[in-house]
Amino acid sequence: MKTKAEVVIIGGGIIGCATAYYLAKMGIEVIVLEGSDHIGNGGSSRNGGGVRQSGRDVRELPLVMYGIRNLWPTLSEELEVDCEYHQDGNLRLGKTEKHREILTRLADSARNVGLDVRMIDGDEVRAINPYLSDEVICASWCPTDGHANPLTTTLGYYKMARRLGVTFITGEPVTELRVIKGKIRQVITPNHVYEGENVLVAAGLDSREILTTVGIDIPMTNSLLECLVTEAQPHMFDQMLGTAEADFYGHQTKHGSFVFGGSSGLERYNKDNGTPVNSSKTAPCICRGIMKYFPDLANAKIVRTWAGWMDASSDGVPSLGTVDEIPGLYVACAFNGHGFGIAPAIGEQLAKLIVTGKTDVDLGELHYDRYKAKI
Amino acid sequence: MNSVNDRSRDIGPFVPGPDDDMLICRCEEITKGEIRKAVHDGMWTLTEIRRYLRTGMGLCQGQTCSRLVKGIVARELGVSPAELEPATSRVPMRPIEMKIFANEAPDEREDG
Repeated sequence: MKTKAEVVIIGGGIIGCATAYYLAKMGIEVIVLEGSDHIGNGGSSRNGGGVRQSGRDVRELPLVMYGIRNLWPTLSEELEVDCEYHQDGNLRLGKTEKHREILTRLADSARNVGLDVRMIDGDEVRAINPYLSDEVICASWCPTDGHANPLTTTLGYYKMARRLGVTFITGEPVTELRVIKGKIRQVITPNHVYEGENVLVAAGLDSREILTTVGIDIPMTNSLLECLVTEAQPHMFDQMLGTAEADFYGHQTKHGSFVFGGSSGLERYNKDNGTPVNSSKTAPCICRGIMKYFPDLANAKIVRTWAGWMDASSDGVPSLGTVDEIPGLYVACAFNGHGFGIAPAIGEQLAKLIVTGKTDVDLGELHYDRYKAKI
Repeated sequence: MNSVNDRSRDIGPFVPGPDDDMLICRCEEITKGEIRKAVHDGMWTLTEIRRYLRTGMGLCQGQTCSRLVKGIVARELGVSPAELEPATSRVPMRPIEMKIFANEAPDEREDG
C-alpha cells in the first residue's frame, strides 16, 4: 500500500476529493485519507445542495462567484456524472419588516462586491414562483444562483481523481501530524505512518483536533443540521430557496423530490451520540416552516430525514490556505454549513496554491490566523 | 466497521454480463449493470452505492432491494456479503404527509 506522496490530503469529503482531482490533473501524486468508511460521509453528502452566492459573507463571495462562472457550468461533463446543476436563481424569502431589513443589508453588501442581487416585492416573488403563499412580502433575488446534487458531485470528484491515479484510503482516522526539520512531513493514523511534502487538512470538524497536534488551533465547534426529502412530486419550480432567518432552505431535485434543510433553534445544544442523528423536534419544525411558505406541499409525503454536523467557526466563514508557522501545511475547514457550492472553486484554487504558491482569487481574508480576542 | 480500505486495490476489469439489464432497485429503476459499473468506479460501500445511484432511496427505502444490491457488490469486490455493512435506515419508517409529520406528539401525561 502506498504511504508516500507529494501531497497527503486528510479528509475524503468534497473539498479533499476536489483538491485531489485538480492536483492529479496537474500531474501531482496524491494520497487521500478518510477517517470514516465512506467517501464524502460528512457535510458533503448531508447538505441541502445550494450553489449560492447571495446570503454569503462578502469574504467568501469572490471564491464562490469564481466557481459559478468558471467551474460549475461544465462540471457534469468534466466529472462524467450528472451533477444535476441548475442555475435558475435563488429567492431568499421574507415575511416581516425585520426580514426585509436583514435581506436588504445582505443584498447591499453583496452588490458592493459585484454580485447581481436585488430586493423584490411579494408580487414579483410570486411571478417567479407562483406556489409561494401571500405571507411572503419580499425576497432577495439572485438570478445566477442555483443548486446541484451533492452526492453525485462529491462522488464524481472521487471517481475521477481515483481514475487519474489518486490513492484513496478509507477507515484511516488521522491522530497526529508531525513536523520534521521545520517542515510538515508525517501523517499518523492508528495503522500507518504516511509521508508527504505537503499536507492539506480538510477534515471538517475533526480538523481542529488534528491541527492541535502541531500547535494550530482554529476556533470552531459543532452544530447539528437536519434535512428531509419528500417523495417525487410533479415538477413545480427550479429555483433554490432560502429564508431571511434561515429557518429552512431547499429545492426540487431532478428526481422530483423536494430536499429541504432547516433548523429548530437548538442545533448547538443537540446530543452528540458520536454520530449525527436527527432530533425529534427539528423535522416537524421544518415541515411547519415549509407549509407556511408552500401550502401546496402539505400533502407531500416525507420519505427520509437525516442529519449532519456542521463545522461552525466563530465568524461564520472558513479557514483556508497556508499555515505560516509550518511550511507545507494547508488548511480548508470550518465551512459553516455552506461548503458545497463553493467546493469546486476551493479545490481548484488550493491545488494551484499547493503547486505554484499562487491563487487567482485572493484568500487573504480567510487566513486561519484572523481570530483575535475581543480586548 | 472502520477498517483500512485501500481503494486502489485491483478488483479486475469490468466484464459485461448477460443479465446487466436486470432491474434490481425497482423504485428507482437501477439495473445490475449500473451497480456493477459503480463498483468499478470506486463505490465500494453500500452507502456510497446508494448515494451514487439512488438504490434504496425510493418509496420502499431499500426494503426490497438492499439484500440483492449487497450480493452484487460483494461478488464484484470478491468479498463475503457479511463484510459489507448495510446503509443506514432513516426515519420515518413509512412515508408520512408533511402536515402529519408537522404535528407535535400529544402530551400523554395529562391522560394519566
